[in-house]
Amino acid sequence: MSLDYSKDMVQFTKEPKLVELDNLISKPMDTNPSRKYFIALAFTSSLMFLGFLCIGYTFYFGIGAWGNNQTIAWGFGITNFVFWVGIAHAGTLISAILYLLRQRWRNAIARFAEAMTIFAVICAGLFPIIHTGRPWLAGYLIPYPNSMNLWPNFISPLDWDVFAVSTYFTVSLLFWYLGLVPDFAILRDRAKDRIKKLIYTFFSLGWRHSNRHWRDYEKAYMVFAGLATPLVLSVHTVVSFDFAAAILPGWHSTIFPPYFVAGAIFSGFAMVVTALVVMRKVFDMENIITLNHLEKMNKIILLTGSMVGYAYLMEAFISWYSGVPTEQYVAVNRAFGNYAWAYWTTVSCNVFFPQFFWFKKVRRSIPLMFIVVLLVNVGMWFERYVIIVSSLHRDFLPSSWTYFTPSVIDFGILIGSFGLFFTLVLIFTRTMPVIAMSEIKGIVEGAQPSHDGGAH
Amino acid sequence: MARSNNLHSVAAIFDTPNKIIKAAEKVRDEGYNKFDVNTPYPLHGMDKAMGLSSSKVGFVTLFCGLFGGSFILLFMWWTLAKNYQLFIGGKPFFALPAFIPITFEITVLIGAVSTFIALIAVFFKLPFNNHPLHDTDYMKTVSVDKYGIYITTEDPKFDKEKIISLFKSLGAVSTDLIYLPKQEKFSMFNLKFVLFLIFVAAGTSGSTYLLLNKLMYITPFDWMEFQEKYTPQETSLFFGDRRSMRTPVDGTVAKGFIPYPYKGIANPTEVLSNPTIPTEDLLKMGKKKYLTFCSPCHGNFAEGDSRLNGQFPNGPTLHSDKIIKYSDGMLYHIITNGQNAMPAYDLQITRHERWAIVDYIRVLQRAKNAKNSDLVEIKKESTTNGQ
Repeated sequence: MSLDYSKDMVQFTKEPKLVELDNLISKPMDTNPSRKYFIALAFTSSLMFLGFLCIGYTFYFGIGAWGNNQTIAWGFGITNFVFWVGIAHAGTLISAILYLLRQRWRNAIARFAEAMTIFAVICAGLFPIIHTGRPWLAGYLIPYPNSMNLWPNFISPLDWDVFAVSTYFTVSLLFWYLGLVPDFAILRDRAKDRIKKLIYTFFSLGWRHSNRHWRDYEKAYMVFAGLATPLVLSVHTVVSFDFAAAILPGWHSTIFPPYFVAGAIFSGFAMVVTALVVMRKVFDMENIITLNHLEKMNKIILLTGSMVGYAYLMEAFISWYSGVPTEQYVAVNRAFGNYAWAYWTTVSCNVFFPQFFWFKKVRRSIPLMFIVVLLVNVGMWFERYVIIVSSLHRDFLPSSWTYFTPSVIDFGILIGSFGLFFTLVLIFTRTMPVIAMSEIKGIVEGAQPSHDGGAH
Repeated sequence: MARSNNLHSVAAIFDTPNKIIKAAEKVRDEGYNKFDVNTPYPLHGMDKAMGLSSSKVGFVTLFCGLFGGSFILLFMWWTLAKNYQLFIGGKPFFALPAFIPITFEITVLIGAVSTFIALIAVFFKLPFNNHPLHDTDYMKTVSVDKYGIYITTEDPKFDKEKIISLFKSLGAVSTDLIYLPKQEKFSMFNLKFVLFLIFVAAGTSGSTYLLLNKLMYITPFDWMEFQEKYTPQETSLFFGDRRSMRTPVDGTVAKGFIPYPYKGIANPTEVLSNPTIPTEDLLKMGKKKYLTFCSPCHGNFAEGDSRLNGQFPNGPTLHSDKIIKYSDGMLYHIITNGQNAMPAYDLQITRHERWAIVDYIRVLQRAKNAKNSDLVEIKKESTTNGQ
C-alpha cells in the first residue's frame, strides 16, 4: 500500500458551505460530550488537583519541601516557569506575526493557539509566585503608594518579568476575546438552550455583525497584531534577562535574548502541533486543520530548531573564545560533567530529531511528526533545566558545590501544571469555538466579492 | 398597521457577496445614510461601497500608548530618583537603559487596554443587547451565511414601500420589517433587587472580615508571627535554669565596655586626664548627648533649672565655683559613677561621648561667665570671616 503524502487523507468533496463550517465547528458545543471526554477530563483534573495538593503542602511547610538548596536556589520552579512561558509564545506569534505577514493559513489554527497561549501563561505565572513561598504577599510587586514608602526595584530583571508576563497575559487575553466576540454572537444566534443563550449573549456583548463595526474591528485587530508582535519578542527577551543580567558563568551572555526567543517559538509550535494532532482527530476537523497546516508548522519547528542548535554551538564557541577560565569550565562541565545526561538529551531532542523534518514524508506523517514534537517538548524542558541547574551547581565556592535532587513535591507540581494546562484546554474545546468561525468563513472560496461581478 | 409606529427599519437579505456590495452602493447612491450592512464576516470593499471613511481607532492606541509609556517613565524616575532613592552599587538613580523594558511593556499594555475599551464602549457602543435586530430571523440568517442590509426609520428619506421595492429590484432573497422591542421597565425598589443588594453587601463585608481578620492569622498566612525560636525573657525547658537567655561566662567584657577602675569610689585620686581635643564636631556631639541625658535635671544651660519641676530631686547648677574648679577627670568620674541622687551613666553613654559632654560643660561654663575680652575675641573672628 502506498500513501500519497502530498494530499490530505480526507477532503471536502466540494467547497464547504458556510453553514456546514458553522455546524462542524460548533458541534462540540451543541452535542453532549462523550464518555471518552469525561475520562480525559477526569485524568487531567486529577493531575491538576495532585499539583494543587503539592502546592498547598509547599505553602504550609515552605520551599524546603522542594529540592532547592543554598547553591541551587532556582530548581524546578524557574525551569517550569521558563518552559511554560516559552510554550505561550506560539499563540501570539501565529495570531499576530503571521497575521501581519498575511499568512492566511493561520486562520484555521490561530484561535486554538491563542487559547493555548493564555493557558500556558496561567501555568507559567503560577511558578514564580509559588516560588516566593508566600504568594499572598505578591501585591508588593505592584507599585502602589503604601505607608512604608516602598516601591518595587524597577531596575531589576525580576521586576521586568512581572511587568512583561502580566502585560503579555492581559494583551493576549484581550486579543483572544476580541476575536471571540463575533463567534459568541454566532453561537448566541444558534443556541436553543436558554442558559447557553444567556451565557453567549453575555459574552457576545450584543454584537450585530454590522459593517460599521467590522470596519473598526478589523483596524483594531491590526493594531493589536502590531502591538503584540514586539510584545511577544520582548517577553522571552525579558525572561532571558533574568539570566543574562546576572554575572554567573553560563548565564552572563549576550546571545540569550535571541536564543530564548527562538527556543520559545520552537517549543510553542511543538506544543501546538502536539495538541492539534489530537484535537483535529477527536473533533473531525481534518478538513479545516489540514496536513498542509501541520506541515507549515513543522517547517517553522525545523527552522527554529536549527536556530536553537546554532545557539548551542555559539555558547560553546563564545566560552572558548572569551578566554575566561570559569566560562570555559562551565561549558565543558555542562557537556561532560554531572549533568551531561541532561545536556545530551537536550541536544538530541532539540537539534538532532527535528532535522528529520527536512524530509517531506516525515513532515506530512502524523505519527512521525507526533513523536518528533513530543521529543521537542521534552528537550525544551531539559534545555531550561540544564541552563539553570548546571550553571548553579558549581558555585564560586567549591565547598558549596552540590548536585540537585528534585523532591516528590517538585515532580507533583510539574505534573500538576500539565494537568492544569490540559484541563483548561479540554474545557475550552467544549465551550468555545476552537476555530475562528468568522475568520475561516471569510477565506472560503467565493466568500469575497469578485471585482468584475458586483462591485463595478 | 397598528404597529407601524414601532417600526425600526426595513431589512433585506441577499445571498451573494457581489449582490450585497451592489445593494450597498445603490442605497448609498440613492442618498440614504441611516443604513447598515450585516455580514457574517468582513467583506472586502464594503467600506467603500457604504461610503465609510477609514477607522479612527488607531489614534486611540497611539495617544494612550504614548501617554502610558511617558507616564511610567516619569513614575519610575520619581519613585527611584526622587521619592525613595535606592542606592545600588553606585549606579545612577535614573538609569534610562534599565527603565526601557518596563516603559515598553507599559506602553503596549496601556495602548492595548485603551484600544479595547475604546473599541467596545465608544466605537461599537456595546454592550447593547436590546437592539431591535437581536433575536430576529434577519439576525439569525446574517450571522450564518447570508448578507443583510437595513435602512432605519430615522433616515430622512425613509419610505417603507419605496425601500421594499428598491431592495426587490436589487435581487433581495427576502425583505423583512424590524420592529422596536417592547420596553421593559424595572423598578428600583423591587423587593428582589433590594434583597440582592443586601445579600451582596453582607457577602462582601463578611468575606472581607474573614479574610483580613481570620484567614491572615492562620498558618501559613500568619505574617511569620509564630516562629520556632526563643524570644527574650522566654522560659526554656531545655536549659537547667529554665531561662532561654544565657548568661555570659564570668569575666566577659562586652565590646566597648572596658571596666571602669574607680567604680564606686566617691573621690578618686584625680588621675584621669581629658584625652579629647574639643573640635567643633566633638562639641556638637557633646551638646546632643548633654541635651539628651543631662539637661532633664541640670537644665539646658546647666543652671540647675530642671524641666522636671521638683518631681525628681533638682540637679545642682554646674556654674558653681566648686564645679568650675573640678578637673575634667572628676566630671567624667561623676558621670560614669553617679553621685548622691544622680545615677551612673556608664551603660547609656559611651566613654567617648562622656568626654564630649565634659567638654560641652566647659563650653557652657565659659559662656555663662564670659568676660569683655571674650566679646572682643568673637568680634575679631567675625570680621576675619567677613561677616
